[in-house]
Amino acid sequence: MSVLELDRFTYSYPHAARPALRDLSLAVGEGEFVVLAGTSGSGKSTLLRAACGLVPHFHGGEAAGHLRTGGLDTREHGPGDLAAHAGTLFQDPETQVVMGTVRAELAFPLENRGDGRAAVARGVEEAALALGLGDLLDRPTHELSGGELQRVALGAALAGRPRLVLLDEPTSQLDPVAGDELIGLLRRLNEEWGTAVVLAEHRLERCLSAADRVIALRDGTLACDSEPRAFLEWAGREDPALQTPGARLFERAGLRPPPTGVKQARATLRAHGLQPAPGGQRPDGPAATPAGAPVLRARNLWFEWPHGRAVLRGLATEIAAGERVALMGRNGAGKSTLLRCLAGLSRPTRGKVQTAGRVALLLQNPADYLVAETVEGELRAPALEATGLPAGRDPRDLSGGERQRLALAIVLDADEPPAAVALDEPTRGMDRARKGELAEQLGRLAAAGTAVIVATHDVEFAAAVAARVLLLGDGRVVADGPAAEVLTGGWYFATETARILGGAGGALLPEQGAPLVTPNLEVPTP
Amino acid sequence: MIYRRRPTPLHAARAAAACAYLGSLLLVALLFEHPLVLAADLVAVLGVIVLARATPALRTFGPLALSLALLIALVNPFVVREGLTVIARLGELGPLGRLDLTLEATVYGGVLGLRAAVLILAFVPYSTAVDPDGVLRLFRRFGFRSALSATLATRMVGVLARDARRRADAQRCRPRPAGRLAMTRAVTAGALDRAIDVAATLEVRGYGAAGRRPPGTRTPWSRHDLAYLAAGMLIAATAIAARAAGLAALRPYPTLELSTGPLVWALAGLIVVAAWLPFADRRGVAA
Repeated sequence: MSVLELDRFTYSYPHAARPALRDLSLAVGEGEFVVLAGTSGSGKSTLLRAACGLVPHFHGGEAAGHLRTGGLDTREHGPGDLAAHAGTLFQDPETQVVMGTVRAELAFPLENRGDGRAAVARGVEEAALALGLGDLLDRPTHELSGGELQRVALGAALAGRPRLVLLDEPTSQLDPVAGDELIGLLRRLNEEWGTAVVLAEHRLERCLSAADRVIALRDGTLACDSEPRAFLEWAGREDPALQTPGARLFERAGLRPPPTGVKQARATLRAHGLQPAPGGQRPDGPAATPAGAPVLRARNLWFEWPHGRAVLRGLATEIAAGERVALMGRNGAGKSTLLRCLAGLSRPTRGKVQTAGRVALLLQNPADYLVAETVEGELRAPALEATGLPAGRDPRDLSGGERQRLALAIVLDADEPPAAVALDEPTRGMDRARKGELAEQLGRLAAAGTAVIVATHDVEFAAAVAARVLLLGDGRVVADGPAAEVLTGGWYFATETARILGGAGGALLPEQGAPLVTPNLEVPTP
Repeated sequence: MIYRRRPTPLHAARAAAACAYLGSLLLVALLFEHPLVLAADLVAVLGVIVLARATPALRTFGPLALSLALLIALVNPFVVREGLTVIARLGELGPLGRLDLTLEATVYGGVLGLRAAVLILAFVPYSTAVDPDGVLRLFRRFGFRSALSATLATRMVGVLARDARRRADAQRCRPRPAGRLAMTRAVTAGALDRAIDVAATLEVRGYGAAGRRPPGTRTPWSRHDLAYLAAGMLIAATAIAARAAGLAALRPYPTLELSTGPLVWALAGLIVVAAWLPFADRRGVAA
């Protein structure tokens, strides 16, 4: 029986020139784990919003065809009714938690459907146990970290034990550890409770191994609907931007079938006798570290909140002109605070920051920089021309990637070029093509002598951009070295290629790893 | 400006009692124009802010209340042409025409400013000391839309405060700072977007599902609940009775007529004492 069914469903947002979903027909059965794939603007979020009833009841617009969630037709039932059948989790944890304590948040959906006090108490306990929220139950929600908030929001979505859970990029703001935990949790709920999962995600390598099926959308239409391996074969032929790093590695090495996860990839390599030995010659990263003079120097940097928690603990580092550095670590490790101290936005409690010029800082939400009514109102003419963005557009109507580009141009639009540019989680919600464009732009800045520092949870992006990785833990530098060394030596902070190859040859990207498993290919030279 | 559980009697009171109590202070500001009564109401509200340990929030709302009060007080004599006691003749002032400042319009501007300050400052203890989850449970018994509005208004305070901090940080990162007008427009648009996000979350959590009434809570009323409810009812009942009896009346135009006498002083005193009295009982409130 289907928990979600679309029958020639078409939907257009109010005043939109073309439909966001077009003539879409598909069904999701009970207990299925479905990954929704597609580039930005392909219709993934709209499909999820339609499935939970927000489209069209909340957003307005025009809909045609039928969409049934838990057997209820969304023409007749709004999100309030559908909530009993489908739990929903969006990208931003901040706006998804509406109550003051975790206990109240978990109780909220149960109270809304009219459960008695005993049933509410039991539902709260079960959701807390299932999601490991027992210790947080009486904590105020405004004190929780992003990862904790996202888990609480998932708990609220699941508290009523819906048959279907809809998730829109729930890991985009989580560190690799918290992201993997969330996917593991979904798999467990899917297997043990039989909850059907529909998960929209850009970082497919995180979730394909857990999926039963992948639905790929393109321009609001169904482009592919198959099991994960067949999807990766399709992506290799039709839409390479949707390939996982593991699939790209196999494609470049001439191996088939493409792997849906690290375990499968290793098994295939073993079966072919191609598993490379650990160690070996290390290929050059995306940029060799230049021997420029230091433009940023932090000495014995401490940052403590007024209530006493220390975020940075005696941190010391130097960054040279033209150097590309990725700042990595768990949520709360001190990445953002370090960037703020380097850019002068926060004053360290102790220690010193020395800079050879301005540090241009792009914070996590590019929309915070946008204040003008048009793109040309934000920038001077030369900077505007360099972005290639339409001058007359309202910045709020730009896509996520375009906003990021505009915000970066804003912080760079000064008479003097900055000594360094620092970006805090710049790839949230970006598809692979947009990430590639951003990596190229940062490469150009570094080539011009600007130091580039990127705080990111996105290991693949870090590998594509950085020559050096600073791994922070509890406000201290726990690892500092070439990307090929730091990103191949761990379990979590390692690219998929590095995990598949066991860190062999320091290969981080499929292009670097393919020669190691293909005897007739040569290691690429810089 | 975010609710945090603190060891004060007002925090210990249930949302219904706290809302009734703070509502009575708002009611006084809406019912009376007498400067003495409004001043007493302002003193009462400021005392509540101190006793509820909400003074840090005054850093945000104090300047807002003061600037709005001053603006109203300054603008009123220039735009109101009523009143007979001229205190300054400004002559012809372009599009404003001939302008005489009157004592009545000046005093009434001050009264309106005072009222605006009380109305703004009353929201400081509401947003910092009244449990928003309790407010949501309280209002949703009466109707989905009113509860949604109340919840959004309460919940958005924290979200918007964080947004404002982020946006201010982003503006500090711009090499060329944006103008105030552009900032105001962007903040307003951002607030609307955020409200829509929070409202969408409420919807998908089943808020407002047709025909379902959430179960009521049957927690016994505590001494703090009763004290704040009693104080609120006393203030509201006295204010309504006094208004009906024409006590503490103000007629600003054409000449200022202000009722005075011991009863007006008694009303002002009662408002302050009744507002502060529930804070005296700290039993059951953790230190």
